[in-house]
Amino acid sequence: MELASQLLPIDIETLELDMYRTMLLARRLDERMWALNRQGKGHFAVPCAGHEATGVGYALALDPAHDHLAPHHRDVSALLVWGITPRDILCHFLGKAPDPASGGRQMYAHWGSRRLRIFSLSSVMAGHVPHAVGVALAAKYRRSSIASSRGKGDNSSEEHSPRDDALTVTWCGFGDGSSSKGDVHESMNFAAIHKLPIVFCCENNGYAISVPQKMQMAVENVADRAAGYGFPGVVVDGMNPLAVYECARLAVERARCGEGPTLIEAKVYRYLPHTSNDDDTRYRTRQDVEHARARDPLKTFRAQLYTEQLLNAGSEAQLERQVGEQVEDAAAYALAAPELSAEDTFKYVYG
Amino acid sequence: MIKTVIESIRDTLRQEMARDERIFILGEDVGVLGGVFRVTEGLYETFGPDRLIDAPISELAIIGIAIGAAGVGLRPIAEIEFADFIHPAFDQIVNQAAKLRYRTNGDWDCPLVIRTPYGGGIHGALYHSQSIEATFAHFPGLKIVAPATPYDAKGLLRAALADPDPVLYLEHKKTYRSIKGEVPEEDYIVPIGKAEVKRQGADLSIFAYGMMLHESLAAAELLAQDGISAEVIDLRSLLPIDWETIFESVRKTNRVCIVHEDTYTMGLGAEIGARIAEEAFMDLDAPIVRVTGPDLPGVPFNEIGEQTFLPNAQKIADAARRLAQF
Ligand SMILES: Cc1ncc(C[n+]2csc(CCOP(=O)(O)OP(=O)(O)O)c2C)c(N)n1
Ligand SMILES: [Mg+2]
Repeated sequence: MELASQLLPIDIETLELDMYRTMLLARRLDERMWALNRQGKGHFAVPCAGHEATGVGYALALDPAHDHLAPHHRDVSALLVWGITPRDILCHFLGKAPDPASGGRQMYAHWGSRRLRIFSLSSVMAGHVPHAVGVALAAKYRRSSIASSRGKGDNSSEEHSPRDDALTVTWCGFGDGSSSKGDVHESMNFAAIHKLPIVFCCENNGYAISVPQKMQMAVENVADRAAGYGFPGVVVDGMNPLAVYECARLAVERARCGEGPTLIEAKVYRYLPHTSNDDDTRYRTRQDVEHARARDPLKTFRAQLYTEQLLNAGSEAQLERQVGEQVEDAAAYALAAPELSAEDTFKYVYG
Repeated sequence: MIKTVIESIRDTLRQEMARDERIFILGEDVGVLGGVFRVTEGLYETFGPDRLIDAPISELAIIGIAIGAAGVGLRPIAEIEFADFIHPAFDQIVNQAAKLRYRTNGDWDCPLVIRTPYGGGIHGALYHSQSIEATFAHFPGLKIVAPATPYDAKGLLRAALADPDPVLYLEHKKTYRSIKGEVPEEDYIVPIGKAEVKRQGADLSIFAYGMMLHESLAAAELLAQDGISAEVIDLRSLLPIDWETIFESVRKTNRVCIVHEDTYTMGLGAEIGARIAEEAFMDLDAPIVRVTGPDLPGVPFNEIGEQTFLPNAQKIADAARRLAQF
């Protein structure tokens, strides 16, 4: 942890306020989408509540201008850091034509943006993990193979790294449930063999829909599996954005220097049902959920900012107002946005 | 220059890799060994371990990683050692590669070539003989080609590498060394989606691809001895299929025989037959005939079992004679 602390930027206050503002925005967007769904607007909500600290922690540890994301579906806070706007999110949620991830083709939480280097997600759990490894392979490949003859039939200008010797890093998020898939095993094994510049992050919220962790795996920590691939595995409190940030900085630095992958397991909790179609009262008690509220990053980190005098009643009210305006603007924009047309439904099968 | 199919593929890979540094090959045994069939023989010595990547036995990852690399602008060639082992990667091919462009509203693309040896006739039994084309032909977003000749092996491989979408490039392993032909040194492309009339005929049309093209051409020779003039068409592209060339031939001969080694039920013959029935019904003088592998779970190892499974010139000629006499 000593080394990790040295990696923190000087302006910790700005970082902390940034983290809190983004987490708050993610939470309020989440609430708005849930409400819209319950009003019959928007067929499918995927809550991020409980995953916000992990998202901001890792996204701020990366270089959004160069690095790549293959995020977990609950990473709204990370995507906000990365340049996805509240309007983008609401258009995606409502499946409207301006949805930058899919133009209204995919369900909500299937993120993607070529411009922002966010690899497209499908509904297939863990199906994106090998893609992330492929993106990391390309980063290494370009440095070793194409760097020597740049400009020859190659459109890779997007792939410059700010540091000559450094690699662009790919961040790959997935859930505890997804970690049981063969995709994850094959991907980690390959990434390890080639020491690829990638960070795997398992956001462990204890459930794969209704199936609790103890019915998914016999180990306590997904991170323990990293040993089987030959790279470090670290457990971090995913409800603490600064802890995630420090841990991510180390892993990202390792990847950037060509030392290979790290598996981070962020212990989080999902406060709402799996999706708007789920009934979580069938598999967990209200006491369980209430108990986990003590760890809610929106509570604990807020308290920390108050203690550190970075936040007070006045500035918080102002922040809530700003965030509320952003959310309402996004919802109004998306509700009024055009639908995917029947004609456009036939586009983009082939290039 | 006269080459075998395998030489044509190898030489084309070498040429294209020399020309485009974005191309690399990822697959089991493709590097040091040069592939279990030696398709990539000698390439490792020229292009090195970064561009001929020997993969662990991880078909899902071979395809999935290639998709990721293709998405960010490289031109991966993913090799599945035998088509029989492509199924662990089925999700990656049909749910990921084939859908990436559509699901992102054209934002992402997947210029990926998947090469794999398929087909029977080499004593490969159930798990080294499968024909997988029909399984994958059901997925819009994917393209499938199956060259039968050294000429097309080059032209279709170059087309696949230039294509902006995922292409499943099927290499019939029986053709690898048994089929020779002229391969021009100069650059040319065989466009994906174009069939070729290999032999002109007047009495009936035989539609085939891969090794079955050669059996069909041999059948046409046998039929000619009986005074039956068979037109033989090499489909070459299985997704998309060249319907124009098919309908043109049906209008000319009015009799249709579809040949494939893949099993009968839900094989490509079913789709081709249905489309002809829908769009060229009035041009038919006889029911459509299919000569295909039987509906068995696999090709047996035993020689008699294998020959029983596989269509050949004799079986095709017998069916075509009945068709001509209808
Ligand atoms: C391959 C696959 N199997 C099943 C599903 C249905 N499904 C959607 S999300 C989910 C649980 C995912 O759990 P986890 O990976 O822990 O992520 P979480 O949603 O808990 O954040 C399941 C089973 C799916 N989408 N994909
Ligand atoms: Mg989970």
